[in-house]
Amino acid sequence: MVETGVSTDLLRWIPALPLLGALVHGVGLGLMRRDMPRPLVIAVSCGAPIAAFVVTCMAFAQMVAIPGEHRVLIDEVFTWIGSGRVSAEMGFAFDPLTAVMCLIVTGVGSLIHIYSIGYMDDDHRDDGGFQRFFAYLNLFLCAMLLLVLGDNLLVLFLGWEGVGLCSYLLIGFWYGDRWNAYCGMKAFVVNRIGDFGFLLGIFLLLWSLGDAATLNFAELKAALPRIVDQTVAVPGWLPGPEQWRLTTLIGLCFFLGACGKSAQIPLYTWLPDAMAGPTPVSALIHAATMVTAGIYMVCRMSFLYVEAPGASAVIAWTGAATALFAATMAIAQTDIKKVLAYSTISQLGYMFIAAGCGAYGAAIFHVGTHAFFKALLFLGSGAVIMAMHHEQDTDKMGGLRRWLPVTHAVFLVGVLAISGFPPFSGFFSKDSILLSAYTAHSVPGHQWIWAIGVITAALTAFYMWRLHFRTFFGECRADHEAQHHIHEASWVVLGPLVVLAVFAFGSGFLGLPQIYGNWLGVPDSNALANFLHGVLPHPQHEVAESTELGLALLAVGAASLGTLGAAWMYVWSPGVPVRVRAALGPVFRLVEHKFYVDEIYDALIVRPLVFVSDRVLFRVIDAGIIDGIGANGSASAVRGLGAHVLKYGQSGLTQGYLITMIVGALAIVVWMLR
Amino acid sequence: MEIPLEHVIGLSVMLFAIGMVGALTRRNLIVILMSIELMLNAANLAFVGFARAWNSVDGHIFVLMVIMVAAAEVAVGLGIVIALFRNRESVNVEDVSLLRW
Amino acid sequence: MSAPAVFFYLFGAAAVISALAMVLNVRNTVASAMSLVVTMIALAVVYVVLDAHLVAALQIMVYAGAIVVVFLFVVMLLNLRRDAFSRPRERLTKLAGVVFALGGAFAFLQLVPKSLPTVQAIPADFGSYAAVGRALYHDFVLPFEVSSLLLLAAIVGAVVLAKRRIS
Repeated sequence: MVETGVSTDLLRWIPALPLLGALVHGVGLGLMRRDMPRPLVIAVSCGAPIAAFVVTCMAFAQMVAIPGEHRVLIDEVFTWIGSGRVSAEMGFAFDPLTAVMCLIVTGVGSLIHIYSIGYMDDDHRDDGGFQRFFAYLNLFLCAMLLLVLGDNLLVLFLGWEGVGLCSYLLIGFWYGDRWNAYCGMKAFVVNRIGDFGFLLGIFLLLWSLGDAATLNFAELKAALPRIVDQTVAVPGWLPGPEQWRLTTLIGLCFFLGACGKSAQIPLYTWLPDAMAGPTPVSALIHAATMVTAGIYMVCRMSFLYVEAPGASAVIAWTGAATALFAATMAIAQTDIKKVLAYSTISQLGYMFIAAGCGAYGAAIFHVGTHAFFKALLFLGSGAVIMAMHHEQDTDKMGGLRRWLPVTHAVFLVGVLAISGFPPFSGFFSKDSILLSAYTAHSVPGHQWIWAIGVITAALTAFYMWRLHFRTFFGECRADHEAQHHIHEASWVVLGPLVVLAVFAFGSGFLGLPQIYGNWLGVPDSNALANFLHGVLPHPQHEVAESTELGLALLAVGAASLGTLGAAWMYVWSPGVPVRVRAALGPVFRLVEHKFYVDEIYDALIVRPLVFVSDRVLFRVIDAGIIDGIGANGSASAVRGLGAHVLKYGQSGLTQGYLITMIVGALAIVVWMLR
Repeated sequence: MEIPLEHVIGLSVMLFAIGMVGALTRRNLIVILMSIELMLNAANLAFVGFARAWNSVDGHIFVLMVIMVAAAEVAVGLGIVIALFRNRESVNVEDVSLLRW
Repeated sequence: MSAPAVFFYLFGAAAVISALAMVLNVRNTVASAMSLVVTMIALAVVYVVLDAHLVAALQIMVYAGAIVVVFLFVVMLLNLRRDAFSRPRERLTKLAGVVFALGGAFAFLQLVPKSLPTVQAIPADFGSYAAVGRALYHDFVLPFEVSSLLLLAAIVGAVVLAKRRIS
């Protein structure tokens, strides 16, 4: 261990408690073949994340009590792989970055578990599945906590794969409908492509570090100076210089993994289809936690990325492109959850912009605020869906605020936060990202990134308010039968929503930039940045207060523009959208079909692969050669030998056997007497 | 003492060979069994000869064992022959080649 | 040549001839069985010459007296006639039998080392039932007892095999 921390036994319980919950549910289902009594299921499945949250708070208290700059709790449980030079422990490290992530995961996770009690209660579609759902959800929490708590790349990867698995299980939760199973599979396969990049990164690290090879983050950070100056030769047809920095290559490999997990271009296509899963799943996994694993990983490996400017630039630009691209697709969607899915992709793009521009703290800030308001939005949409009896198309909604006042109120908080209106949390986090983009001189074209960010902010406001107005305002487009059944959900559902709304409003103040802090007379107001100070590098930029305020005002202005546009098109002049659609014609269809990206991928990649797998590899090689010649061929050869050649040796005559015995015995006797 | 050991062994071998020929050539199951008895007797003679040559009564003990085993074998073997005869009306050994391919 | 030697060669030859008679007699199965009896008795005399008195007694009692009798019982029971050989095959078989027997014996004897270990002196009561009995009940008690189990198994097996089905 290079940097020491305080040793404790506490950390292992944070992932262990949800794991226990999952095991209890899983074993119970396996033994009893039907659900345990509901109160017991609720107690175990919600008790586990709440207990994990409590333990996290205890660890947090322990950690902040450590004096000095370098505060980290260590818990080495056992040596998982000990092979020669490289050994990887099942070890956990709790430093400020992990603390933030853990609190978000366990906190939001607990709220979503409570919400799910209400949401999954009326599950009539499949085999009941109440217990199975919570088993998977608990397992997901365990994997996610492993991911954030791991003190080396291997434990992180274990959690990485675990959340991928649980995502698959939960997206295809109602597997009776084949489409849901397909969506789950799509998510898993696309993630796998990213994992390939992740593994390549690990291999490159191990290979290049030689006898200092390690997977532990602290040790990697210390060993990195050995390879910062190494370069690798790349094939000539790739853009850029002939020699790439090794750190850039490694950074890009890991970023490919992050693209898969956090749904950036080109591996984002799974996230909109992942909305086939139950809404709590979309909230927890595809908004608040799993998709942020990529950001967390980049921040964890920030010591690498500061030495890989090329990779950081790619990250920033990919984030920008994704943010804009997803926002354009969101404006044409009519399904509530699909809009939120594209919104998630877009906001994740923002986080990567920050990470690419070196402002890792800002990225984590946005992770936090986004977790709150996106979970709020998803859970709120879930409440709407429940009220509309599982109708998700906003074409059939409208004017719901009259029947769903509480849901409307919390949803409004979420929309205000994501649009970036002060003093809601989204404003502060988005602003810090835009500021970092504006001042990131190491990233080529960073001003354009900033501009893209502002435009995307306008688009974000537009499509979010569009969603809000189409759902809650105007005439109700549902049929009268459905209208009679619209009512608020129970407090088990609304309670978490209210808590999330509070955080969506207030969490911004944890990262209050100093300029606003000065107005309020609070010194050192950016608590989050101070907290993460020793762990993450922060960008060196000094901007004038006026510049910062100007940028903030521009962002708010863009958001207001989007809001007004949405209000005009969907509240004041309801006939406008139809005219716009008609005017734009084919362009609109292109956007509505998500630019046909899924279809392109299918034609270029999926179909050829399936063809080769089925026609060539399966029928010719596997069934034809290996089975036909190898397995069946050798069997029929042996059988032929026995049936046509060897069987004639069996005469069945007693005296024949007798002669054989005598000759044999004589041979032995002769041999023994020689 | 005047009888050389080689002559005793020679006699034993001759009797054994005759018994073997009978077992391999004859087709009557009962005669085959009798030939096997002859072979056993030849072995007994060899044991007795060697016991006398080397002053060891163990040879005689083994002869007793052989006689006993022969008796058991004859009992069971003739039981089989009777059972076979009941099924096939024949004690020809070529009629019981069901294990033939 | 002393009397024992005379008896040895005489009855040895008798044993060989009656053995040949048993094996080569195709027409009459009962005659084969009788030839076997003669062989047994001749061998018993040879045993006496070779100082194996108890063994000789048991040879007569068990082999000639019981085993061959069982053979004869079965032959009579099954009412067997001739073994169906064709005439030329009979003669060929007989010839082959004699040749093979004598030739095999000669060949085998070539293999036996010319100098067998020296013959030792034997005590006066060698081979008497007292000496054999002493060995049997002192050194070889276990095989003796186990062999009684073997005989039990054979008895049961013979009864099971040969009895008629209870219909």
